[in-house]
Amino acid sequence: MFVAIRDLRFAKGRFALMGAVVALITLLVVLLSGLTVGLGRGNTSAVTNLTADHLVFEAPPAGQKLDFTTSSVGPSVRASWSHVPGVRRAEPVVVSMTRASGGGRTTAVAVFAVPDGSSLAPGGVNGAGEAGAPGGVAADRVVLSAGAAAALDVTAGDRIDLDGQSVTVGEVSGTDEFSHAPVVWAATANAPASGLEPGHATFLALTTGDAERPAAGAEGADGADGSAGVGSDAGANLGADLAAADQRLGTVTLTPAESVSAIGSFSSENGSLQLMRALLFAISALVIGAFFTVWTVQRSGEIAILKAVGASTRYLLGDALGQALVLLLVGTALGSAVAAAVGSVITATVGSAVPFVLDLPTLLVPVVVMTVLGLAGAAFSLRTVTTVDPLTALGSSR
Amino acid sequence: MTLQLDDITLTYPDGTQRVTALERVSLTAQPGTLTAVTGPSGSGKSSLLAVAATLIAPDSGRVLLDGRDLSGLSPKETAAVRRERIGIVFQSSNLLASLTALDQLLVIAHLNGTPLSVAHPRATELLAAVGMGDCVGRRPHQLSGGQRQRVTIARGLMNDPRLLLVDEPTSALDSQRGEAIVQLLRRLTVERDLTTLMVTHDERHLQAADRVTHVVDGTLRRLADR
Ligand SMILES: Nc1ncnc2c1ncn2[C@@H]1O[C@H](COP(=O)(O)OP(=O)(O)OP(=O)(O)O)[C@@H](O)[C@H]1O
Ligand SMILES: [Mg+2]
Repeated sequence: MFVAIRDLRFAKGRFALMGAVVALITLLVVLLSGLTVGLGRGNTSAVTNLTADHLVFEAPPAGQKLDFTTSSVGPSVRASWSHVPGVRRAEPVVVSMTRASGGGRTTAVAVFAVPDGSSLAPGGVNGAGEAGAPGGVAADRVVLSAGAAAALDVTAGDRIDLDGQSVTVGEVSGTDEFSHAPVVWAATANAPASGLEPGHATFLALTTGDAERPAAGAEGADGADGSAGVGSDAGANLGADLAAADQRLGTVTLTPAESVSAIGSFSSENGSLQLMRALLFAISALVIGAFFTVWTVQRSGEIAILKAVGASTRYLLGDALGQALVLLLVGTALGSAVAAAVGSVITATVGSAVPFVLDLPTLLVPVVVMTVLGLAGAAFSLRTVTTVDPLTALGSSR
Repeated sequence: MTLQLDDITLTYPDGTQRVTALERVSLTAQPGTLTAVTGPSGSGKSSLLAVAATLIAPDSGRVLLDGRDLSGLSPKETAAVRRERIGIVFQSSNLLASLTALDQLLVIAHLNGTPLSVAHPRATELLAAVGMGDCVGRRPHQLSGGQRQRVTIARGLMNDPRLLLVDEPTSALDSQRGEAIVQLLRRLTVERDLTTLMVTHDERHLQAADRVTHVVDGTLRRLADR
């Protein structure tokens, strides 16, 4: 790094310019990442926070994508699922987007309708409700997420209008959101008209575990399938059992995390944000690659001199990569520091109005990716370092 | 260190043909002697130095340092030989733009892993010896052509070489400075028992040499032993 450090100091202007470009791209990427995570949470947190191991959807027709808005799981399928080995509970969840009004305001909400007293809903004895309060959902008793309560300006005990039905706010719990709408947890009886046939659910929330495995069910289940795997290796069998049941019942079983891609607004939004991020990464790698290629070609005469006086190629490569690394580390550190400052100003001033999440991964992942890709870009210029002929140092052409 | 060039032929690619720069050249230089190489422009003087410096492998013939044949060495090994044993002073003063005069010498020490506590006094002393003691902190663009050449000479001596190869050391200097440089090279050659090969155009410098060889069209003619 003897020459590299002195080059950095000598060609301050050029490196400062390049460092500023790296810092700006890092700033953009970190802000974009924070926005991606924030928007993602606003779209999916109700699903990813579900206290279920797997979600069962109706298999979409060939050529169509799985989607929360089109999936419809009937009562017989649910009954069959509850008898699948390894499945302890298969609870129907009806998801619908509707309007709620109360406290003189109206807001769009996502209603997650679950059976009375289900532990899928927050609050109640199972959830995070206030101690002693009668929690959970029941007929005409809903649980509001903090967002919904704030939007309607209501608290526990108030009455709200949910798609034409008057229900009581039993409790305010959690910050769940779905498809950018705050979530209202309701009992199945209060599920708003969602276009589903009566008795059908959007998906089934499975609770699995081999503690109390029910015996093979009567309906639909062929005996061999039902009794398979009892008492043996649970994990592997569970996967096989679920897959077999999917096949048999025409369903698709996903983990909550996997199922977020079935939220239409999430996959399109997340897709374009990730594409933008990938493009920024690619641009930064290219820009850095171009900069170092030009820089290296420009100083190929000096590389020849160093080779002529006995510098090994390895020494020169280390010098070149070290220089790129310093530039990248300084640039990304600066960029992410500014991004962190901007992020905390955003969260402090506009708060939840801008869905922006600034945590360590959102800060560090771009820094690491930028550094690695930048080095890869800089590595393009290394060919010049290896191919320069030391003989050219002797020539009088310089 | 004895330098022995044995029946060297060197050609360069020239379009579809090859141009012969050196033809069956043999030369031996002993430690403690200064060998001057003269000849018209384009006759092959720099090429001769390049072969001796292991910067280019000849088409045929051998280069021996103290009897050790360098022909079969890898680029990595020849780089080590240059780093440790050979001092090169280029025809045009080839300095690194971002380095001060002092750093131009220290980088050589850095390549060899010499600690700064040893390298720093040595570099200062060498710069003083070439009359550059006052300009140690200047970068090449702040030096005159002759001053750059003197830094280049000091740099060539930094690794305490056994073989010193000098290409036109005085081309950018006035005759007085030029003469001083040649006298310095002569003194160092004797004091440090260097094997020195010096290419020069200047007839006046020839009397400082122990031996003068004349290159004409890629072949050597020995002119004088002193
Ligand atoms: N890299 C090269 N590629 C092709 N031909 C070359 C190359 N270097 C030198 N030559 C040719 O080899 C011959 C010898 O060149 P060299 O540089 O050794 O001459 P020189 O005696 O040092 O000349 P000068 O006194 O002008 O420095 C010349 O004809 C030159 O054109
Ligand atoms: Mg020459």
